[in-house]
Formats: sequence, structure tokens, C-alpha cells
Amino acid sequence: MQDKTDLTSLIFGRLSLESIPYHEPILVVTFAIAALAGLGLLGFITYKQFWGTLWHDWITSIDHKKIGIMYIILAFVMLLRGFSDALMMRAQQAMAFAGSEGFLPPEHYDQLFTVHGVIMIFFVAMPMIVGIMNFVVPLQLGTRDVAFPFLNNFSFWMTAAGAGLTMVSLFVGEFGKTGWLAFPPLSGIQGSPGVGVDYYIWSLQIAGVGTLLSGINFMVTIIKNRAPGMTLMKMPIFTWTALCTNILIVAAFPILTVVLAMLSMDRMLDTHFFTNDMGGNMMMYVNLIWIWGHPEVYILILPAFGVFSEVVATFSGKRLFGYTSMVYATIVITVLSYLVWLHHFFTMGAGASVNAFFGITTMIISIPTGAKLFNWLFTMYRGRIRFELPMMWTVSFMVTFTIGGMTGVLLAVPPADFVLHNSLFLVAHFHNVIIGGVLFGMFAAINYWFPKAFGYKLDDYWGKWSFWLWTIGFYAAFMPLYVLGLMGVTRRMNHFDDSSLQIWFVIAAIGALMILGGIVASIIQFVVSYRRRDELRDHTGDIWDGRTLEWSTSSPPPQYNFAFTPVVYDNDSWTDMKKHGYERPRDGFLPIHMPKNTAAGFVLAMLSAACGFGLVWHMWPLVGVSFVALIGGFIIHTFNYNRDYHIPAEDVTRIENERSQQLDRYA
Amino acid sequence: MTTNATEATQNLPSSHFYVREHHPEQGTLLGFWLYLMSDCLLFAGLFATYAVLSNSYAGGPSGADIFDLPLVALNTSFLLLSSITYGFAMLQMQLKRVNGTLLWLAVTGLLGAAFIGLELYEFAHLLSEGYGPQRSAFLTAFFALVGTHGLHVSFGIIWLIVLMVQVKRFGLNAENGRRLMCLSMFWHFLDVVWIGVFTFVYLMGVL
Repeated sequence: MQDKTDLTSLIFGRLSLESIPYHEPILVVTFAIAALAGLGLLGFITYKQFWGTLWHDWITSIDHKKIGIMYIILAFVMLLRGFSDALMMRAQQAMAFAGSEGFLPPEHYDQLFTVHGVIMIFFVAMPMIVGIMNFVVPLQLGTRDVAFPFLNNFSFWMTAAGAGLTMVSLFVGEFGKTGWLAFPPLSGIQGSPGVGVDYYIWSLQIAGVGTLLSGINFMVTIIKNRAPGMTLMKMPIFTWTALCTNILIVAAFPILTVVLAMLSMDRMLDTHFFTNDMGGNMMMYVNLIWIWGHPEVYILILPAFGVFSEVVATFSGKRLFGYTSMVYATIVITVLSYLVWLHHFFTMGAGASVNAFFGITTMIISIPTGAKLFNWLFTMYRGRIRFELPMMWTVSFMVTFTIGGMTGVLLAVPPADFVLHNSLFLVAHFHNVIIGGVLFGMFAAINYWFPKAFGYKLDDYWGKWSFWLWTIGFYAAFMPLYVLGLMGVTRRMNHFDDSSLQIWFVIAAIGALMILGGIVASIIQFVVSYRRRDELRDHTGDIWDGRTLEWSTSSPPPQYNFAFTPVVYDNDSWTDMKKHGYERPRDGFLPIHMPKNTAAGFVLAMLSAACGFGLVWHMWPLVGVSFVALIGGFIIHTFNYNRDYHIPAEDVTRIENERSQQLDRYA
Repeated sequence: MTTNATEATQNLPSSHFYVREHHPEQGTLLGFWLYLMSDCLLFAGLFATYAVLSNSYAGGPSGADIFDLPLVALNTSFLLLSSITYGFAMLQMQLKRVNGTLLWLAVTGLLGAAFIGLELYEFAHLLSEGYGPQRSAFLTAFFALVGTHGLHVSFGIIWLIVLMVQVKRFGLNAENGRRLMCLSMFWHFLDVVWIGVFTFVYLMGVL
């Protein structure tokens, strides 16, 4: 009997039937819906016989365009999860007044605000920007793929594996209850003895490897793979912001890796990095995680700035105002983002002089950001503005982000921060810049580049519904939080006594429902656009009268992007080509050298997920086997020297001839 | 402003805007260099942690009590020597001599293994005295920094063995040459990190 228990605990570690939360009705219903939807999807794929396509054309694909699309799908799926959490929190806070405890017990509520933050940052915003960069950057550079196509596929699957591990925590065990940055000592083994923090650590470690590798990949791509003639100062501005973002990724994510590794050692090996006793120093955790965390917010916002720059120039029909100042503003933000981390904890005893230094550096960041806003405004000034959807998102961003920026400068003043820290004012501020900046930017990007990716435009009617519901819903949901924050209401509260506050929470909940409407409208937008794809079809490849190289190829672009590498003479190289009578080459095509698909990335990432799951539950045999398999898998992969092939010249000719005929037919 | 440029490009043939054959530059070495810089930041995090915690003895031993400098000096010489022998391997590689390359790689691997062996001996000795990473924050930071370096060297040795097999089987082709260059950077990088460890942890620890 004794032996049997030992064996079970050896294999399953801490995992037992009690870890499955079947006694929580909300989770059971969620599980039932998720399981039904999952089975439905699997059934649909089987019925349509999509498995082969899925495996050969997507999962093992190393085409940057497909990987980009997969990143964005992942981000959308996770957005639904993260937003459901948000809706539950808004509902809880709108009803838990004057004796009512609401419908979420504290231990569930604490998991919700933790997982909401983690998912929205790591598995919605990050995959979204990496996805857009994946799709757009090689096309803007005039190259055929990223520098390391296999690594790109591996990065995606590592991100997906991390997201998967977070999702598993919903039904097997629990997630952290510590807030999204898991400060010790609360996240230490005594404060959080369960598996929640371990899920947090290992999903971020696995996803972090993917992010770091894709950062390196894009830096090398942008430095080495630019089309001939494209000097750095002739690079499209989105690619510039992508370069700076990837520099930030490579320079910030190792710190996250190391600090989470230390936290896991404290939890697993009983070491003393951040413990209360034996000389540990928990302030070190707070410093280190914010040294990663502050650059992280610029990692998210810089590509959004790049998107707005492209959109404003295109839809104003003008060259971007102040290209050079835009580039330098981006670089200055990149550097300054490392000098402000302490403003996240002014109240934690650094002292007046240190606080003053970090307060001032924080305020200085608003200067290059302000310069960018003026550049966008001056680009619009006397332009022929077309209010297509991407432009609408851009204008909404400019207003919303400016408000968020101003509240940010307010919080940068240390004495003001002493009053406002840890309050709903802060919550309103960062949602204001992340939704109004990053998310609006990504919606602009999706509406802008969707026709490039799929060959047809997104439906305007539902797009406008989505736009207005998101914009108005955002203000309804977060302006009340500013008010509440100024009244001194702190964040992460499960229920309240003072019922005079309730009305503001009810307004915020209504705002959240409007945002729900916005999300539903954007899903309808995709469905309707797909059904109307023949009406919305773009035959030119240049639907918006674009200015950069991605619009010079067909929509969707062929696998090899460009039959011949473009040569660049000007910032807006495609505008320059159009103006000077560029004609598409119609013959003389050559075989094109391309990398081969591989399953290695997917397999290795799944092994990492298994290893992570084992580490969460202390299933040491699983950890050992999957880790050895991981190393072995990598070694076997390096024995494969046969990684590329040539697309024969006839195939290239055939694809390009089809395109020529299409262009002639619709000319 | 752009009129001059406009006139200059006006009458050019369309092929002015594309090239028929274009081969982007190889980016592997730059990419690996960037990876090393990210790894360098990982070590920077560990060094900073060590700097913060290096006096938090919690009633336990200090560096001066437990470090055995002659042993560490021997260990350091193994690692520095292995960098030189890796350099010899690279010289052999440039002369396209497979056996010479393999010989010097083997010597490098053995020196690396000797380094790891001595480090494990040091760790085992500390653990047997009750000075494990659980004893104090100072020892936690010490084991984390030195252990992470040791793990890197161990992975370097595995990589080196794999590369030796590949050089033996596939010869010194362009790809293997690139891989040897990457491992070379990795190996020298670990050497540089070790010089930091030796100085900041061991030498300053016994001051």
C-alpha cells in the first residue's frame, strides 16, 4: 500500500484528483463550453479533411506570413479568454456592495486579476505585435523571409506552448493569486504554497524563450536582409519601430528569465534570494522585474507607433512629416525606457533624491512621444485624408493616448504618486495607454494589412460598429476608474462597503459590455468579410495606394514574396516606383531558393510544455524524460543539413503570369 | 526639393527598380553574437544579485571562510587554457585539417570537463560542510552565479561533442565551419564571464 502511494506521488507529483476544480460551477461550465467548442473544432477539421493542410501548410510552416497569421489568431483566442476574465471582474465589482459578496470568492477573484494581466500582456499584446511584425517586416524590407525561418516557427510554438500552459491552469489546479508580477514574499513558497505561481513562472519562461529568439531573429533580419539601396534612414518607419522593439526584447527578456528562475529556485530549492529570512532581499525582485517590465511596455507601444505612422502617411496621401525626427524619437524612447523603472515603486522607500531622478526621466519620455504626435498631426495637415477604418483607429488613438499620456505624467510626479499609487487611477492609466495605444494600433494594423494577407478588404460596416463600440466602451469603462482612483479606491478589491461608489462601477461594467459588443462586432466583421470576399476582393495588390514595398507585390503575396528583389532609392519606395514608371518584370524568372518546412519547432515546443507541466506539479520522471528528449531533439535536428530547396523557375513563371493576367484584366 | 532626383531617375529603364539575382548576407554569426549579448545580460542579472547579497551571510560563512583560492586558480587556468586550445582548433579548421581540428577540440573538451570536475568537487565539498545554497542569501547568490556559468560550460561540452561527430561525418563544410565559429564565440564568452566571476566572487571575496 505504502509503495503504491509512493509510486503515484513519484509519477504524479502534487497532482491528484482534488486538483481538478469540479466543485466550482463557473469552471465546470467554462470547461464544458471549451470542451464542446474544442470537439466541434476538431470534428470540423476532420469533416473538412483539413488535418493534412493544417499540418503541412500551417503547423510546420516556416513562411513568415503564415507564422504571423498564426500569432494573430493565438492573440485573438487569448483575447477572448482575457476579456472574459475582465467581464467577470467588472460584474463582481459592480454587484459586491453593502454586504453582498458578489459571485466570486476572493481566491477565485485573485486568480482572475492575475491571469487577466498575464494573458493580456504576454499572450494577447505580445503575440499581436510579434504577429504583425512577422507578417509585415520582411515584406517592407523587400526580402523573402526572416533571417532564421526555423527559429521563427519554433518561437511561435514556444509562445503558444506558454499560452497553453496558462490555459491548462484553469482546469487543472489553479493560477497565481499574486497579481501579474508575482512579488515575493507573497509569491514565495510560504505565501503561495500551491501550484498557481509555478504555472505563472513556467508559462512565462517557455513563452519568454520564444520571444527572445524572435527578437534576435528580427534584429538580424532588419540588419542583414534589407533590399539593396535601403539604408537605415530609408527604412519604412514601422520597420524602424520593429527594430527598436526587438532591441528592447533582446535587452530586457533575459532579466525576466533570470528573475523568474531565481523565484522558482526560492520556491523549489529553498534558496534565499527574496525570502524574509536568511539575508534574502525582496526589493531586489521588485527592481529586477521592473527593469524588464518597463521596457516591456515600450516593446508593446513602439510597433503601434510604427503602424500609426504608416497609416497616417498612406491615408493622408502624403510623405510622413518629420521622418528623421520620428526615427530619433523612437531611438530616444528606446534608451529612456531603461532609465525609468523605479517609477513603478516610488512609495517603496528609495528616498527623495532617487525618486526625483526617476520622476524626471519619466517625464522626459513624454517629449519624444509628444514629438511623434505632432508629426502625425502635421502629416494630416493639408493632406487628402481618407477616413478608412485604419485611419479611424488612428485618430481615436491620438485622442485617447494623449489622455493616457497626461495621466501618466501626473503619476510620474512622486508626491502625486504617493496619493495615487495602487489605486484605480493607476489601473485606468495603464489601460488607457495599452488599450488606446497598443490595442487600437493593432486594430488599425489588422484593418490596414488584412487585404495584403488575404486578398480582400475587411467589411466596413461591422468594422465601424467595432470601432465605435470599442472607443465609446473604453471611455465608459475606464473614465469612472479615474474618478474612483482620485477618491482613493485601491485596486484588486473583491468587495466594498461604501455603496456611494457603486454607481461608478456600474458605469464601468456597462462600458465593459460595450467593449464586448466591439469584440463581437469584430468577429462578425471577419465572418461577413469572408462571406463577401468576392465583392471585397483586391486585384491590384495595392488597395490603399500604399507607399512601402509590401504593396508592390500581389495580395496575398506569393510564398517567395518578390520574384525579383526590389531596389530602393527613397523612403517611400513604392510611391517612388509608381511615380517613375516602374513596370513589373514579366519574364526571365529564375529558380528561388527557399527554406523547407519542418516539424522540429512544433515537437520541441510541445516537449517544453510537457517539461513545464512536470515542473509545475513536481512530476520528476516527466521532467527528466521530456528534458532529455528536448536536448536529444535539438541534437537530432542539427544533424539535418538538408534544409532548403529551390522553387523551379517554371513555377515562379506560372505564378507571376497569373498575376500579370489578373492585373491586365482589372487594369 | 526632390526635383533633381526626380529628373535623374525619370528616364531610367524599369529594371532600375529590381535586381534579378540577390543573395542576402549570412546572418548566423551576428545572430549568435546577439544571443551572447542577451546571455551576457542574464549574467549581469546574476552579478547584480550577487553584488546585493554578497554580504548577507545570515550568520553563516563568508567568502574568506570557504573559498579555496589555489583550487580556483587551477580551475581558472584550465578554462583559460581551453580557450587557447579552441583557438588552435580554429586554426586547424582554416587549414581544412579535419583530424587536427578534432584533436584540438578534444583537448578543449577535456580541459572543460576538468574545469567542471573541479567545480563539482568544490560544490560537493561546500555541501558536505553544510554550506549549501540554502544556508544564506550570500551562498544562494554564489551558487546561482557560479552554477549558471558551470551549466553553460556543460552545455558547451555537449555541443562540442556533437560538433566533433558532425565534423567527423560531414567534414569541414560551410555549415560546420559556421557552427564551429559560433561555439568558438560561446566558449570565449564563457571565459570572459569566468574572469568576472574569478575577480568579483573569489578574489574580492577573500579580501
